[in-house]
Amino acid sequence: MIESALGRLDDVLLLIFAAGALVGALLMIVLREPMRVATALISTMVFLGGIYGLLGVHFIAAFQVLIYVGAVMVFMVYVIMMLDPRDPAIQQPFSKMLVPGVVGFVLLIFVLVGATWKQAPAPLPGVAEGFGLQQFAVAFLRQYWLQFELTSVLLVAAIVAAVAVVKLHRRG
Amino acid sequence: MDKVQLLLSLAIALFSIGLLGVIVRRNLLVMLMCMELMLNGVNLSLVTFAHQMGEMVGAVLVFLIFVVATAEIAVAIPIVLLLVKRKHSLDLGAYMDLKG
Repeated sequence: MIESALGRLDDVLLLIFAAGALVGALLMIVLREPMRVATALISTMVFLGGIYGLLGVHFIAAFQVLIYVGAVMVFMVYVIMMLDPRDPAIQQPFSKMLVPGVVGFVLLIFVLVGATWKQAPAPLPGVAEGFGLQQFAVAFLRQYWLQFELTSVLLVAAIVAAVAVVKLHRRG
Repeated sequence: MDKVQLLLSLAIALFSIGLLGVIVRRNLLVMLMCMELMLNGVNLSLVTFAHQMGEMVGAVLVFLIFVVATAEIAVAIPIVLLLVKRKHSLDLGAYMDLKG
């Protein structure tokens, strides 16, 4: 009794989170000011974190909130506050590509949903229970250690590039 | 409606809305944020498939996408700041002379 009620609660929460994420994404297109767009994106990311938590991948939910909301979006909000809010891009939020963009959007949705709707993979018995940080860490450092090391190279390259961009500007 | 279908449809919707935002919006920062939304849609599909198949590789890919997204923002934001300093505008129309 209680088990089934909890299972249904999970489904209801999943629906609520999915609807929230979708509304946040749609608001990003409609809203005019960058700060409001950033707030909508943050709410979408938090809802996605909730979905990851419901799916049982808690460490990805934590990464989602820590890295995306905590680092990337805070950085973005700082930049929005640094720049001029009375920008011409705010008066006229949509470019000339509005009509082709919307047509392409509808076609893309049509093709992608048509391709994935009937061919969703069936769950393998007994394994779709979610997995913990321990299995993730072991798999990461046993099988995917090369990729892990390559991310450090990427991060160093990004740091060097960011510093180089700023220095180049100072010299020029 | 199946849970996997719901999540995959949401992932498709997020990715497409992000792409639409990159195409139709004029503000540089809003376009960057729409690119983040596209990455989030891809992440959701990867997590859904990893959950469905019980495979760890999806979670590993999500982690790598986190790193790439962070690096992308760390490089893109200084570039946007320099562009704005030079042209005094976030409007994409001001950068038409960058067209090849």
